[in-house]
Amino acid sequence: MNRFKLLSSTLLLCLAYAGAWAQQQVVIVTSFPKELTEAYKKAFEAKNPGIRVEILNKPTPAGVAYIREAPASNKPDVFWVSAPDAFEVLSAEKLLAKIESPAKEVPAKIGNYPINDPKGFYLGQALAGYGIMWNTRYTKANKLPDPKEWSDLTKPVYFSHVAMSSPSRSGTTHLTVETILQGEGWTKGWRDMLMIAGNCAAITERSFGVPDGVNNGQYGIGLVIDFFGLAGKASKFPVEFVYPSITAIVPANIGIVAGAKNAENARKFINYTMSPEGQELLFDPQISRLPVLPSAYKKAPPGFPNPYTGTIKPKVNFNSDLSESRYYVVSSIFDHSITFRHKELVAATKAINEAAAKLSGKNHPQAAQLLAEARELAYSPVVSEEKSKDKEFLALYRNTKRDAERTKQTTALEEYWSNTARRNYEKAAELARQAAALVK
Amino acid sequence: MNSRLSFAHAAIALAIAAFLALFLVVPVITVVYVAFTNSDGSLTLSHFFSFFHLTLMREAFYNSLYVGGMSVLISSIIALPLAYFTVRFQFRGAILIQTLGVLPLIMPPFVGAAAMQLLFGRSGSVNLLLNEWFGFSIPFMDGLNGVIFVEALHYFPFILLNLVAALANIDSAMEESAQNLGASGWRLFRRIVFPLAMPGYLAGAALVFLKVFDDVGTPLVLNVTNILAAQAYLRITSIGIDDPIGYVASVIMVIAAVVALWGSTWVMRGRDYATLQRGGSSLARRRLKPWQALWAYGWIVLVLLVVLAPHLGILLLSFSKVWSYSILPDTYTLDNYVTVFRDSSGMMVNTLLYCGIAAGLDVILGIAIAYLILRTKLPARQWLDFIATAAIAIPGVVLGIGYLRTFKDFQLPFTDEPFTAFWLIIAIAYTVRRLPYALRSCMAALQQLHVSLEEAAENLGATKNRTIYRVVVPLMAGGILAGFVTSFLTAAVELSATIMLVTAQSDAPMSYGIYLYMQSIAGRGPGAALGVIAVITVGLGTYFSNRLIRNHAASRDAQLLKTGV
Repeated sequence: MNRFKLLSSTLLLCLAYAGAWAQQQVVIVTSFPKELTEAYKKAFEAKNPGIRVEILNKPTPAGVAYIREAPASNKPDVFWVSAPDAFEVLSAEKLLAKIESPAKEVPAKIGNYPINDPKGFYLGQALAGYGIMWNTRYTKANKLPDPKEWSDLTKPVYFSHVAMSSPSRSGTTHLTVETILQGEGWTKGWRDMLMIAGNCAAITERSFGVPDGVNNGQYGIGLVIDFFGLAGKASKFPVEFVYPSITAIVPANIGIVAGAKNAENARKFINYTMSPEGQELLFDPQISRLPVLPSAYKKAPPGFPNPYTGTIKPKVNFNSDLSESRYYVVSSIFDHSITFRHKELVAATKAINEAAAKLSGKNHPQAAQLLAEARELAYSPVVSEEKSKDKEFLALYRNTKRDAERTKQTTALEEYWSNTARRNYEKAAELARQAAALVK
Repeated sequence: MNSRLSFAHAAIALAIAAFLALFLVVPVITVVYVAFTNSDGSLTLSHFFSFFHLTLMREAFYNSLYVGGMSVLISSIIALPLAYFTVRFQFRGAILIQTLGVLPLIMPPFVGAAAMQLLFGRSGSVNLLLNEWFGFSIPFMDGLNGVIFVEALHYFPFILLNLVAALANIDSAMEESAQNLGASGWRLFRRIVFPLAMPGYLAGAALVFLKVFDDVGTPLVLNVTNILAAQAYLRITSIGIDDPIGYVASVIMVIAAVVALWGSTWVMRGRDYATLQRGGSSLARRRLKPWQALWAYGWIVLVLLVVLAPHLGILLLSFSKVWSYSILPDTYTLDNYVTVFRDSSGMMVNTLLYCGIAAGLDVILGIAIAYLILRTKLPARQWLDFIATAAIAIPGVVLGIGYLRTFKDFQLPFTDEPFTAFWLIIAIAYTVRRLPYALRSCMAALQQLHVSLEEAAENLGATKNRTIYRVVVPLMAGGILAGFVTSFLTAAVELSATIMLVTAQSDAPMSYGIYLYMQSIAGRGPGAALGVIAVITVGLGTYFSNRLIRNHAASRDAQLLKTGV
């Protein structure tokens, strides 16, 4: 009897499978949260009966690997994530199909950043800006003033209350770092970044770790992409979000996988996400992303930011070619001098803050001199501006082939950065302590 | 041993080797060969030299050793009293304590970490309370010590499970003779009981060390990147760079795992832990003096409170609407459960199915490998153990990508479906990734079993197969069960390979569902609800399989007595 049951249920399962496969579908690889994907799945399926939307949610690197390794007979159809670098990698490997934008009214550029891929392999589907998010209960309990600008976060009052992710882990963090570097210049930009990082309680591995930590009160303030802040507020967490005046607006992208099994449906789906109706879904408080379609803002809820009318004013003219040319260099410098040396950087920052507090209001030139030296050591980038423009140096990181010689050179650089950073931080902490000892 | 028998042994060994080759060695090599080659395909060891030139990597390596070692120490401190008092003494609630002690293994991905942060984190309940009452806080979750704290709380059940199985197997006559000779208390434990339970303890300790050494989830959630597993993972999963150093780190982790394993067998070398008399139901349990009982209960309750805190946190989180910078959630709701039941009931079935298959295969392979190694003289049999155990050091991402790459062109028979899109591949990945757990338990169980019991059975006319089936396996039941439970529980929370291998939502297990929820701002409540359901489902699954195996073993025991074999 049991065996019969097993057999019949297996048969039924097979039939169900066959049924599912007979139906049309479109397979979407994405890193976007469930609220967003579910809203699009539901709306698209209602509009196109007979086509099932299959969402495969994977972190961006896993998504790239999945598309690369999928068998030719079963390639997924749509790739939909924020990070433009992931699309660049896929299109360089000829894993994306050309696509024409169905929405002609979308301008070519936002600020200086092209919304659609100039080579035609992916489209901007929504816009996002980086900003500062904070937990109001946390800031109240710790008596912290509300931050407004990136430079606010370099102040000693925020020591160990901030969190950010690393540019090598999150394409959007990379854009923020690059925005600050371009807005403030290489040396001043790194100086700010090192001071902010010195104030950080953590450099999180996932970009989502920052808004998550701010929401639950682990961190007071976080550098986050706008929709995390806006959606957190909409979900009734005690958080606030602000765009600083130096910010870049960048697109989140969508594209068709080369050799997609259901290319026709993929096109239908992408067209839907770019249609006025599809764009308006972004206004859902749980989603809170900025449409790329300028006309969609007519239906925006009151107070919703609009990058086309100047509610957010990006001051930086973002140069995407410059960003691209030093992409891996910036990420690698950040990791080797900040992420992996965070403990030492924080210790240096702490010592410097304490010395500065002791010195304030006192006239002690020798101590002031020592403190200035400590700051110089701790907050100077390990790569000079001059070197950062060196073509040969950049070429080393643009060559992504894994040759013995290349690995040797890059690891030698990493070793140098990492050790220099650690030595500098330790020396800076030492100098700051000396300065503090001089002032009784 | 006759030649037909050794032929059968060789055939089984070859079949296992083929399985491991197909689902572990080949897929992994298709990914990590990068560590040994230039991009034109020529072989090189230069990447390894580059690796060792990095101070960061050497630092990471030492940090990993430190974290692994300390976690074993702390886990032992937690697990030893729990196991010793509940098995060797008359102890009320022993079964309950042992069962609760296993729960920490089912720590749903992300949710467990979130709950830990809410309780023990910088602004967690404990620190908020401390700060309110005494004006200071303790950084439980910071740096390497934070990693050790969380890892020890999470993985001490490896030691507990194996130690309970081992202690229960000790002949109480040993203890009694020692007592007659005047030993008692600490001395009795240190000189007699603990040494006899050594195989079980070592099996558990080795697992804790290997698992912690290779764990990437916990350090990354705590934002600790200066350890080897994290370095390997960060480099392998960075987009756009084909970075061989990450794969070099993986290879080094595999080597370290095998060396650690070899080390633990080396400690056991030349010692005999087998006793003739089984403990089991005939075990005489000692009594505790009242003041001893007080201490024992006090310690155990305290330990259980701490180790079960994350589960309590998950439970609270699952009923909460908003929980932010406060000792307890602000408001409570049942909505999270409604959401979860609406969205993801199919996932429970998937989890039970995949993990059941994986744990079942794991104990079968575990018994077979243990038997081949300890009871036969096949050449190179030790390698089965080494290769199977190396799986513990393979990052899930690597195994996942390896499967996609290796089985790219395989079609399921009678369909045009690729094998990589078939759900069974997820169950196989679990089998391979969790085999080391079941294997260590089976090895420990067989080490404690005296070979003369089998000889006796054979002298009485039983065939080799019949002996294995009716004597060896039933007497190993405790260890097999421990292996099944660890494999099953840990497979239920596997995520990294799962993410690579899920090709349809309908095939997704619960761990994937939890990951989905925890990716979104509003998802923490439903994620925790799914986590609670996962803990309950998996807990019940374990309990019933437990009972099934026990009943089976008991009826077998009864039969044995009747037939006199």
